[in-house]
Amino acid sequence: MIRAHILVCAGAGCISCGGHALKDVLATELKKRGLDEEIKIVETGCMGPCDLGPVMLVHPEGTFYQRVTALEVPRLVEEHFIKGRLYTKLLPKDDVTANVVTTQRDFSFFAKQEKIVLENCGLIDSENIEEYIARDGYAALGKVLTSMKPEQVIAEIKASGLRGRGGAGFPTGVKWELMAKAPVTPKYVICNADEGDPGAFMNRAVLEGDPHRVLEGMAIGAYAMGANRGFIYIRAEYPLAIKRLNIAIAQAYKHGLLGKNLFDTGYDFDIEIRIGAGAFVCGEETALMRSIEGRRGQPMPRPPFPAQRGLWGKPTNINNVETWATIKPIILKGAKWYASFGTEKSKGTKVFALAGKIRNTGLAEVPYGTTLREIIFGIGGGIPKDKKFKAVQTGGPSGGVIPAQHLDERVDYESLQKLGSIMGSGGMVVMDEDSCMVDVARFFMDFCCDESCGKCPPCRVGTRQMLNLLDRICTGEAELADIEKLESLATVVRDASLCGLGQTAPNPVLTTLRYFRDEYLAHVVEKRCPARVCRELLEFRINEETCVGCSLCARACPVHTIFKRDGQKKYYIVEDACIQCGACFDACRFDSVLKTSDGMNARSVAPAALETSSTRATKPVMEK
Amino acid sequence: MNLEELKKLKEKAQRQVALREGSKKYRVVVSMGTSGIAAGAREVMKSMLDEIEKRGLEDVEVRVTGEVGLEDVEPVVRVEEAGGEKTTYAHLDAEKAKKIVAEHLEQGKKVENLAVGKEKKPE
Repeated sequence: MIRAHILVCAGAGCISCGGHALKDVLATELKKRGLDEEIKIVETGCMGPCDLGPVMLVHPEGTFYQRVTALEVPRLVEEHFIKGRLYTKLLPKDDVTANVVTTQRDFSFFAKQEKIVLENCGLIDSENIEEYIARDGYAALGKVLTSMKPEQVIAEIKASGLRGRGGAGFPTGVKWELMAKAPVTPKYVICNADEGDPGAFMNRAVLEGDPHRVLEGMAIGAYAMGANRGFIYIRAEYPLAIKRLNIAIAQAYKHGLLGKNLFDTGYDFDIEIRIGAGAFVCGEETALMRSIEGRRGQPMPRPPFPAQRGLWGKPTNINNVETWATIKPIILKGAKWYASFGTEKSKGTKVFALAGKIRNTGLAEVPYGTTLREIIFGIGGGIPKDKKFKAVQTGGPSGGVIPAQHLDERVDYESLQKLGSIMGSGGMVVMDEDSCMVDVARFFMDFCCDESCGKCPPCRVGTRQMLNLLDRICTGEAELADIEKLESLATVVRDASLCGLGQTAPNPVLTTLRYFRDEYLAHVVEKRCPARVCRELLEFRINEETCVGCSLCARACPVHTIFKRDGQKKYYIVEDACIQCGACFDACRFDSVLKTSDGMNARSVAPAALETSSTRATKPVMEK
Repeated sequence: MNLEELKKLKEKAQRQVALREGSKKYRVVVSMGTSGIAAGAREVMKSMLDEIEKRGLEDVEVRVTGEVGLEDVEPVVRVEEAGGEKTTYAHLDAEKAKKIVAEHLEQGKKVENLAVGKEKKPE
């Protein structure tokens, strides 16, 4: 008899820090100790707290171990599996309650989540269809095909209040209804797995951890809309998700859950995978369809909408991975149950990818209406190193930043829009006091400019010009008029671009201007970067009182501008030659390199700076 | 595949993952402290595991724990009934362990002559 299951996380995050190796070492160790017949190792999808990886969960106790390295395995096996004691060294500490966590459900990170889409993620072996079936897998498809009419399915989805999880939040049931009414055949359904937002990895986790759920959702949708063929468009950067999807599709065909005559009802449904080359614009539905057709991925004007003329000119429905993944529980547990989660206009739950300056980087699923504070501090554990929270970027490069004063805002489609941001696909990048908001806006603009497909000038030229302006601001060359220019350009790009990429690209700029205008002004007027990020606006000095003369800074300096004073142990930086790379700042172990951004005024009057420059003029000491 | 086949496959598959969800009717806790191991607790556990499998008992989970404070009567096994009584068995060996599986875990009858003391029922 198997007395324990070790669930080893095999999400991309844990694999990248040694999850696979861990599994092998565990297997060897268990065999060595003669435990391999009583303990089973299962590789699961992402469990969520990626920052703690590689993680593993031991059942039946539910003990959660973090950062399990291969070296720790022999001790862990001896303690936990032979002697029956907790291996306390690898138990995680709860950032919220400050307790050491012994079981998964005591961990605030898990306890405060509501897992509907991720219910199987981290619990089942994603490469084994039987484990999915054990968790009611394909029961929803069976129910729909054998006992529901297509209209009933659509009515159920409409009643659930489900809205598209790709970002725009269009009601899914309405979208399905439009498509179902289209008289032309054949029809197609598409799963949009071209997740490209920086800092977003929800879809990847679902595809890696529970791929069958997406296939089942697509089959149900296709039946409701009268389609017999589906495509999954997934980016090539997700090799593991592609591998697991392929395995899942093959298993589903083998068990007769895809293909011809499903559940003996005469309904046929086939799914194919299409791999994208990683262009951000291909996440836009019209560009995505062109890419599937084998043409260059560029958007087309809408209307006609895909529901009328989509793939190869036929009616097509495109939904995001997470939308498809939500269909199964709605069918099985009912629209009413699903609608009991969330807010009045946004029903259900949403998976967020927490990234940036946050303790528990990873995946969290919460009902709509949860406050940002609860997500970031309650689940995410807050900001590391006791820094101050500054803002959170939602919705990736199409979204905006939300500052601290709106932390208590309840998250749903409308509330985020009101704040100038968007829900997007669910990425949340947290920024602390060390993040420069102009630099953040510049980063996202750089991304959009790079990813612009070039079809329409407002986006192609506009994003480039906006990037140039932001570059000027970050390097201190900008004038006040540039901010106005930036604002008016942002409006043009937003209003005149052809597709969502251009229309939303100015959002980071507009929101940072709205909430952090003072930082822009500091860059432009005072030529200083308050967060001390923008390189050109920084000065580096050495605090000679605390400098111990260890020479680490001088050795780290790539342009050799740090010297020792004659006959002294202390070092100093030749400011005129300094390229502000920060290598000395990072190298110093005594906090003696001072990074400041005091701007023009402070620079010209700072006595220390004057003193240094006079010293420099008289004593240029070269040291070999 | 039709609904009937899916249901059958589900029932079969559920056995594979049942360990990961919910609690079982019986929880068997084997004391695996140094004295337990020295007295043969592993053999006792192995024999119980084999017997449980042989009899196809589904509603049982087996855990190991550290020293329980009964060093002089090891190997010790505690059988906990969900929301009910806890029975501690002592001085076990592989054969006695099988008997516990057959009588207590399968038929719900305590093996009185192997039990030591009695823990109070939870209020």
